[in-house]
Amino acid sequence: MTVERLIQSSDEFWAAGFTGKLEELIPLLQYYQETHGYISPEGVEAIAGFLGISEARVYTVASFYAQFRFQKPGKNHVCVCLGTACHVQGGVDLANEIHEHLHIRNGETTPDGQFDFKEVACLGCCAQAAVVEVNGTIYAKMNRDKLRKVLKEHQHA
Amino acid sequence: MLEQLRLEAKQRWQERTTHNQAVIYIGTASCGRAAGALETLQAIRETLQDLGKEACIIEVGCIGPCYLEPLMDIALPGMPRVSYANVTPAMARQILTACLTTGDLSPGKAAGHFGDESFTQTSGIQPFFDLPMLKPQLRIILQKCGIIDPEDFDAALATGAYQGLERAFTLGPEGIILEMQQAGLRGRGGAGFPTYRKWQAARAAAGKPKYVVCNADEGDPGAFMNRALLEGDPHAVVEGMLIGGYAIGAREGIVYMRAEYPLAVKRMRKAIGQTYASGLLGSNICNSGFDFDIRIQEGAGAFVCGEETALIASLEGLRGMPRPRPPYPTDRGYKGKPTLINNTESFGTVPAVLREGGEWFRQFGTASNPGTKTFSLVGKTRYTGLIEIPLGMTLRQVVEEIGGGTRLPFKAIQTGGPLGGCLPADRLDTPITYETMRELGSIMGSGGLIVMDESTCNVDMARYFVGFACSESCGNCTPCRVGTRILKDTLEKIVSGEGEPEDLEVMQRAAETMNNSSLCGLGQAASNPVISSLKYFRQEYEEHIHQKFCRSAVCTELFEFTILPERCTGCGACVKVCPATAIHGERKQAHTLDTTRCVKCNACVRVCPVHAIVGAPVGTQAGTTRQDKVVI
Repeated sequence: MTVERLIQSSDEFWAAGFTGKLEELIPLLQYYQETHGYISPEGVEAIAGFLGISEARVYTVASFYAQFRFQKPGKNHVCVCLGTACHVQGGVDLANEIHEHLHIRNGETTPDGQFDFKEVACLGCCAQAAVVEVNGTIYAKMNRDKLRKVLKEHQHA
Repeated sequence: MLEQLRLEAKQRWQERTTHNQAVIYIGTASCGRAAGALETLQAIRETLQDLGKEACIIEVGCIGPCYLEPLMDIALPGMPRVSYANVTPAMARQILTACLTTGDLSPGKAAGHFGDESFTQTSGIQPFFDLPMLKPQLRIILQKCGIIDPEDFDAALATGAYQGLERAFTLGPEGIILEMQQAGLRGRGGAGFPTYRKWQAARAAAGKPKYVVCNADEGDPGAFMNRALLEGDPHAVVEGMLIGGYAIGAREGIVYMRAEYPLAVKRMRKAIGQTYASGLLGSNICNSGFDFDIRIQEGAGAFVCGEETALIASLEGLRGMPRPRPPYPTDRGYKGKPTLINNTESFGTVPAVLREGGEWFRQFGTASNPGTKTFSLVGKTRYTGLIEIPLGMTLRQVVEEIGGGTRLPFKAIQTGGPLGGCLPADRLDTPITYETMRELGSIMGSGGLIVMDESTCNVDMARYFVGFACSESCGNCTPCRVGTRILKDTLEKIVSGEGEPEDLEVMQRAAETMNNSSLCGLGQAASNPVISSLKYFRQEYEEHIHQKFCRSAVCTELFEFTILPERCTGCGACVKVCPATAIHGERKQAHTLDTTRCVKCNACVRVCPVHAIVGAPVGTQAGTTRQDKVVI
């Protein structure tokens, strides 16, 4: 990364209210992922430069938390809940359906960039299990058939 | 100053709710949204427009009975709120039209009302809180959830928010801690440590500045008590933190919130903003000379960050790994300074304790476990949702009265989430307290209750919980890192039909080692599901290993589906849903299932109205090979 790029990204962080303190690392990673979609190698470099720490340090923390992705996300974000209640109501079935239907696994993106897929521990809608979240909307009481329909809707949208 | 504010707020809130137009309340917390509340809301708006009527729409939080979502309440002028359950857009249109044009409340469709006895008689509608699920409950923490508009500061103030804080200012820090001691509130995160002692320690600790941290990183899969509270009554948590901060002499509060709860984050952020605007946060609050700031930090998805030392590491921008205690966070926490960490629900309970007094709080629950606690009741009970009960109530009351029992015979209840234990039917008469749960080899935890019936396999559940613990183990200490792996691998072996007799011994030893020697609560408790299910459901493990049979028909390799001819009515529902055309039979005649075609997708089991499709040991059925299945 050139010095100019580094300055540019640091300016962006300043503008967003960050002050360069070490404890801002996780919020910075969250901010970067929100604005850029994922944590790219350039992102790691920019954050490391801004905080004055090594890139390894940034990776260490980023890789610890489930929230951060290192692959470019797809157009549609599919999250399958694998919390306890969803497990009991067949959440694994839904994850398998995604795998069989879209041929991607947890954390991956389809080659055509249409969908990315993440398994999450719990979305907190346990009484509506099993649930799937697509682009921020939660779909309740899902099964394989309903999930296929939902995916189809989003594919064409 | 607050008095004036409250008076004005009351007026404004009353104007909003008791205007001479209808008021429509709709529950739009995450669970309601999942059930379709936003579509219903849209339908309400459209209907109002079509009818050309004015009405005030108020979005409220979760009131508890999630199985009734989406919930819509209508209050006609001069009448109490009447609640309607499972309101689809079409239903909303129907009910609203009848209500607003002819004043017909459609009593047949109503779930309950919020008015008094006389309204029951005149309208023929039962009181909402008399519903079987709600009647045995006692609502202190959830008192306002689902009743008020969580985004309206006036609503909070008008219903008594920050009264506890006012009283706290008159009591002074020592007085507050004394009040907390009288109340006997214990940590609602699950450990059950007396809250007042934590406050005392944090107040006595040397070092400045001090911090207050609210642990809202509710990572337990199957639990959503904190989410519901933050979405339904965020000001209770803000007030609790303010009181805690004042008591220990802190200047800054941090809410560590789970990023998977976007709506809770949004509502909390709004609540904090409103509190600043009214002067209840910032400097010199209510002329008391007390300064306090609250900010939100979003967690990044690590279950272990619910452990307090790991949470602090995460706040500091590190990997969320626990460290040995002591020193406790109350001595050396965030940035090495004294830090008070309490669970969301603990903070949410504080305002009520201060408002009504410690003695009042102590009258609920038992002598050593005072007060109420929220639980999320999920799984196979008839009624599911968020509940609040006085401690000491038995598990049976929760499952059978509040939960309405299970459809298939009850098998087990998992208390305390993934780190808790699995308790069988003969332990159902145990009262729920911190101690009794621990004695049975489980924990109370933060309050997840998962009910399982005969269609749930205990071995598979243990595998699920251990798998969760394994992927969430931070890897810092060996017993947990290696132990969860051993348990997970062994259980996977067993559920895939390759279990060996010595596996049970291997698991027992690994589980006990983890329990004795792990660094933090996660590692110590991660083996609870295995230890408890080995204790209470050993027979099922042995069946999996010796007979290669899963009686609950869950572990795919270990059963075949079969149709019980004496139960089958020949309705044909299964034939329609079978993706592999494996089920055949004449109408009104018992059907048969071709095991060579069956893909064990469970679709038929789910639709069978008489539970005729059950699992049988592999290879024990006769006459279901493809050859003798001639379809005419």
